[in-house]
Amino acid sequence: MVIDVHNLNFSFGSGSLTQPVLKGIDLAIRKGEIVLMTGPSGSGKTTLLTIIGGLRQASNGSVVILGEQLVNSNEQTKVKIRRQTGYIFQQHNLLKSLTALQNVCMTLELQRDLTESERQYRAQQILAAVGLEDRMHYFPEALSGGQRQRVSIARALAGRPKIILADEPTASLDRQSGHDAVEILKQLAKELNTTILLVTHDYRILDIADRVVELEDGLVKAVEHQE
Amino acid sequence: MSIVNTWFFPTRLAWRQLIHDRLKLAAATSGVLFACVLVFMQLGFKDALYASAASMPLKFDGDLFLIHQQSEAMWRPAQFERSELMRALGHPAVAEVAPLYLSLATFKALDTQVKRTLMVYGYDPDTDLLNVDAIKTRKRELRVKDTVLFDEYSRPEFGPVSNMLEAGQNRTEVNDYKVTILGVFQLGISFAADGNIVTSDLNFLRIFPNRNAEEIDVGVIRLQPGVFIPEIKEELRAHLNDFVKIYTYEEVLKHERLYWENAAPIGFIFNFGTIMGLIVGMVIVYQILFTEINNYRFEFATLKAMGYPHSYFIRMVFASAFILAILGFVPGLALSSSLYNLAESQIFIPMPMTFEKAFTVFVFILFMCTTAGFLAIHRLDSANPADMF
Ligand SMILES: Nc1ncnc2c1ncn2[C@@H]1O[C@H](COP(=O)(O)OP(=O)(O)OP(=O)(O)O)[C@@H](O)[C@H]1O
Ligand SMILES: [Mg+2]
Repeated sequence: MVIDVHNLNFSFGSGSLTQPVLKGIDLAIRKGEIVLMTGPSGSGKTTLLTIIGGLRQASNGSVVILGEQLVNSNEQTKVKIRRQTGYIFQQHNLLKSLTALQNVCMTLELQRDLTESERQYRAQQILAAVGLEDRMHYFPEALSGGQRQRVSIARALAGRPKIILADEPTASLDRQSGHDAVEILKQLAKELNTTILLVTHDYRILDIADRVVELEDGLVKAVEHQE
Repeated sequence: MSIVNTWFFPTRLAWRQLIHDRLKLAAATSGVLFACVLVFMQLGFKDALYASAASMPLKFDGDLFLIHQQSEAMWRPAQFERSELMRALGHPAVAEVAPLYLSLATFKALDTQVKRTLMVYGYDPDTDLLNVDAIKTRKRELRVKDTVLFDEYSRPEFGPVSNMLEAGQNRTEVNDYKVTILGVFQLGISFAADGNIVTSDLNFLRIFPNRNAEEIDVGVIRLQPGVFIPEIKEELRAHLNDFVKIYTYEEVLKHERLYWENAAPIGFIFNFGTIMGLIVGMVIVYQILFTEINNYRFEFATLKAMGYPHSYFIRMVFASAFILAILGFVPGLALSSSLYNLAESQIFIPMPMTFEKAFTVFVFILFMCTTAGFLAIHRLDSANPADMF
């Protein structure tokens, strides 16, 4: 299992203001699997994603990612998991003072064994793969929403992560470009055998999933197998 | 190699973020530049004034100097007996000795007739006590009764002396005593005196009738060539009364400088100005770094989510501070150099731009920017990746 969450509880706030959000989550995802997660607003999808990605500290239950226990883990363990995880956000979250190419390179600069020219080459390759070979030197503000989201997909994939976590990546895109972006993501992920956990409200893209899970009221409500 | 790696990437990212908004970068740079010029000017004036305080002793042509221990500085000497100086002649290493008389006096401006205070130096012209060519070449004329030479670098309030001399107008009064100005020389003014004149020892005693030849202000000693000065100094000291101090050339300069550095509030004023300049600069840089971090905190959170450690952003902040320091310092140095030249032409006091001064100011500016960086990094804590998404 690449992602193995067991009996995870999580609450915001403390004392009388405690607000339980996750109430005993069980979720296991195999290597190379593409899992979509849906659920009503406020059900805790983003919260779960940030815990799995090592961005938020959980202190209850068990969250084992790539063999590392994240519950009550230290900063080093979380940084280690973050480096093996590609994040795609609802907003593209690109660095506005960097070009598309430089943005993608930011992922690769974490890998110190690469040379600068290898970084450039790999970034160009992945940008070409998302169809942006003629937009490499554009700043984010000069790109369309769909193009930006494709850059952020390229950025997430450039480091060849073992896991991709995506939080409503198509929310700001129209039907066609949303579907295109996810299709590219799926295709590249399958090539690299990357595991994907993707949160979405967008029923138009459910067809790319191997499996769909639904989060409701802090629990994994239904697990539905495709085909 | 690893130093290069750990600093290269954050520095490059800091640079890219800084140059992305040229207008803001220009504003930031001019803040540092402002502090830089302010500090340069404070230090420049301070050094120039200290140097000018010693402009007269700097021209002394002698090896050892006798000064009364109560003489805090040249401008207010205490007199001692000439016989103290003569006693030094008994030492075989001493070649010659000469007394110097000096005192403040009023000088009636040639044009406006207004009286202002300046310094009068009196010594036997044949002894060449001051190493100034314009004085040495006129020693014969200086022997004539009631003649003086005037320092061209005196404050302009004394009148356009050079021009008036050319026009044949050369009579004025020093301490209400009529004298003839033979010509001009160049020495430079100090805190104590707005101008200088040089005259013979005999004329000095005429200008100051209540002074007498046996009461001298400075005793100048010249030694035989090749002797070891500090050794002779110690030997002579044994023969002198306790109230007479003996100094080498360097010590007499230092004595004069130290007086102004410590006794006068001037040092404090300039140090205060320097510190204010640095504080203003620091606040500006802090403000810039703070808003920068604030504006970029989403991006920092994104990078954190990608696996960048907190230390990377700390390095980025310091790299930004360093870049701003350099970008402000380079034009600041150029601007200050030309301001030094301008000031030199206005106050007649040399203000050289030395490497030492440039280095000092750079260290100050770097310190200023780094401190601003230290104060700004706490803002990085607001970049928590969990709360951004
Ligand atoms: N930083 C926070 N502090 C306190 N409560 C929070 C915080 N973030 C989220 N919550 C609360 O936790 C609950 C779950 O939020 P979460 O963002 O995980 O929902 P979600 O399923 O992603 O919703 P959506 O589909 O609208 O994005 C919500 O009730 C929210 O108010
Ligand atoms: Mg959400």
